[in-house]
Amino acid sequence: MITELGQFALVLALCLALVQATLPLWGAARGHAGLMAVGQSAAVAQFLLIAGAFAALVHAYVVSDFSVLNVAENSAVAKPLLYKITGVWGNHEGSMLLWVLILSLFGAAVALFGDNLPPALRARVLAVQGMIGVGFLTFIVFTSDAFTRLHPAPLDGQGMNPVLQDPGLAFHPPFLYLGYVGFSVAFSFAVAALIEGRVDAAWARWVRPWTLAAWCALTLGIAMGSWWAYYTLGWGGWWFWDPVENASFMPWLVGTALLHSAIVVEKRDALKSWTILLAIVTFSLSLIGTFLVRSGVLTSVHAFAVDPARGTFILVLLVIAIGGSLTLYAVRAPALSGGGLFAPISREGALVLNNVLLATAAATVFLGTLYPLFLDAVGGPKVSVGFPFFDRTFAPLMVPVLIAVAAGPFLAWKRGDLLGALQRLWIAFAVALVVVLVGLYLAGFKPILAILGLALAAWVAIGSLSEWAERVKLLRAPLPESWRRARSLPRAAYGMTLAHLGLAVSVAGIAASAFAVERIELLHPGDTIALAGYQLRFDGTEKVQGPNFTADRATIAVTEDGKPIAVLHPERRFFALQQQTTSLTAIRTNFLADLYVALGDPDATGGSTIRAYWKPLTPWIWMGAVLMAAGGMLSLFDRRWRIGVAARRQAPAAHPAPGE
Amino acid sequence: MRRLLYLLPVALFLCVAAYFVLALNPNRDPSLLPSALIDKPAPQFALAGFAGDPGLTLDSLKGQAVLVNFFASWCEPCREEHDVLMRFATQSKTPLYGIAYKDKPEDAQHFLKDYGDPYRRVGLDESGRTAIDFGVYGVPETYVIDRAGRIRLRFVGPLTDNDVAHKLLPLLAKLAQP
Repeated sequence: MITELGQFALVLALCLALVQATLPLWGAARGHAGLMAVGQSAAVAQFLLIAGAFAALVHAYVVSDFSVLNVAENSAVAKPLLYKITGVWGNHEGSMLLWVLILSLFGAAVALFGDNLPPALRARVLAVQGMIGVGFLTFIVFTSDAFTRLHPAPLDGQGMNPVLQDPGLAFHPPFLYLGYVGFSVAFSFAVAALIEGRVDAAWARWVRPWTLAAWCALTLGIAMGSWWAYYTLGWGGWWFWDPVENASFMPWLVGTALLHSAIVVEKRDALKSWTILLAIVTFSLSLIGTFLVRSGVLTSVHAFAVDPARGTFILVLLVIAIGGSLTLYAVRAPALSGGGLFAPISREGALVLNNVLLATAAATVFLGTLYPLFLDAVGGPKVSVGFPFFDRTFAPLMVPVLIAVAAGPFLAWKRGDLLGALQRLWIAFAVALVVVLVGLYLAGFKPILAILGLALAAWVAIGSLSEWAERVKLLRAPLPESWRRARSLPRAAYGMTLAHLGLAVSVAGIAASAFAVERIELLHPGDTIALAGYQLRFDGTEKVQGPNFTADRATIAVTEDGKPIAVLHPERRFFALQQQTTSLTAIRTNFLADLYVALGDPDATGGSTIRAYWKPLTPWIWMGAVLMAAGGMLSLFDRRWRIGVAARRQAPAAHPAPGE
Repeated sequence: MRRLLYLLPVALFLCVAAYFVLALNPNRDPSLLPSALIDKPAPQFALAGFAGDPGLTLDSLKGQAVLVNFFASWCEPCREEHDVLMRFATQSKTPLYGIAYKDKPEDAQHFLKDYGDPYRRVGLDESGRTAIDFGVYGVPETYVIDRAGRIRLRFVGPLTDNDVAHKLLPLLAKLAQP
């Protein structure tokens, strides 16, 4: 009964999406306030209906209702409750439902929090959101129905892919989707602006917080996925340039470019048509990412079941959405008036450089991801271009980006003073130089690229801090004065500093992975290996019974100079229902380095292969990502985004806000 | 002219979309691909092996039909293919040789240590030069070279048990006849 209600709610949501996609647009064209207002109520109602449908599916999973095909195929009684719930989006149908749930959540948010938007713009934005909703709801209702009944109902379900039974992967998709789908708002704003033929600073001020929110979620989602790969795949790797990883990384790169170019539109009224294009491309890449994962076009560890019919459907959606918006762009963008002029050496210039480099990087990843696919398409093979390609193309592009990250904020708008900016960066330069010298002294010339990476990280970190110090006149003015300035700096400024620091932290973590030490040995109980100053004693394995798996759990005692440090328990879990084995690594971290141990196959003589790694600074990769997202969030709470601030600004200094 | 520039994004997208259409075609045969070198002598190569191991040269392979497999530790499809190769190595008398494509020797060695080593010998093609001579698209790729050193089959992408049974073994049986 509840399941059928979910089905009905979804169909009703589709009908409402049709209304939302058409009436407000018509209203905006005719200046009819009533028709325009339909968009808001339709968006909110659509969200409530989809939330109801989603709740119905969650209910079916929680009570293990195996008369629902989707539940029978992807769940089982013995599964822990947490994974019964997260299993809802661990399959194609459920994850598409989550996709539209988040889409409608953003639509409802624009409807509810968009009071400061001009009514016509809001109506058009909601209409475009409605169109995306129509596309995906149609897809779900007609090809990916999660509510199909099964008769007779089996006694137990088939269980889900054991790989997904993991906290990291359980919450990875919702964050990823918040990011992917969040960019739909920027897309809708861009298309609405093209329809209206007007882009101004106010438009950028409305778009930016949505982009920022989506970007933060995507940053966390990607970090979570990479962390998951790190601790489950058992190879110590954290990024594989896997097509599905790349599918989430491309929108991130272009989204980062969009965040920065929107600043230029907002502050300087320039780069308009470029920003619009970025907004379209960011969401387009999210859609292409969805297509690549859903259609089974790419073989990948992440891919769901192959279904060409679904692939064709998404492809048609893709062509309508991306082809349509880009055509609109080709027709309308040339008419957008250019804005303020600026010299190449200026804050705008630095942001343009950032944009060009990030866009190029995204194009490189796109090529590296799709080249094997294109080859496949012309009758060819499934091959992997892999690390060598990305190491040689992507990494060199990031060097100028990192150099510019520190220098850019020192440049003034319109016309900057590069020499002056570099002079103020002397501390950062000195620290970077010291890092290079110390690195060469300690490690020699062989890991020169890693040392340069660490130096770049230091350059970015110290450069960002210097910029803050400059703003608050640290040590140049009396301390109370600096304190007063530090308190009155806008949150967006702190957000930028924090995000750039996060980037530096991640880069340091990535660069330092070259210094990792690894031992792969066949060990018998009692054997000891030495690794980076630690002694690891293998004490054998034991059988452990989990809720729906049996595991071999190894015990490895770690000592340093005879003192016990930790006892690690890497596992290999065997899921009888799915006949599949997963591995669980044991990681001991002190936030400067990870001690990472994975259990490999046992051999006939009672020994086991143990893979042990010492990975300096590796935890920083994800800590940096969290800092970046935190910076974005901080920026999101800047006063200038809040409702009415724009209006208040136009009456300057009449009544200063308290606390300033 | 300036307007044409604005058409560029949509034009690019349509090209990509056209490829997607081709990629969705379920009837394409994704594996067999002719090589310009079929029935021609295989390109000469002399590759170093792992420290302490002999390397791999074309001349040392002559005398019987062999399989040469290009692989890399960083390549996902290779891991997929690896079990198939392990089974092939235990079940077939035809020697299987590996060429590690653009891979660090220590990485390739760890890969084989951990997943098992199906190869009689491994040659290290760190520069990718030999792969270029063979016209390798990417990894994995497998070649059948006959006793005279001529390439008889090129197989692009990961081998499956089915491919081994229906494409490789019949050919190898034919080549084994005097």
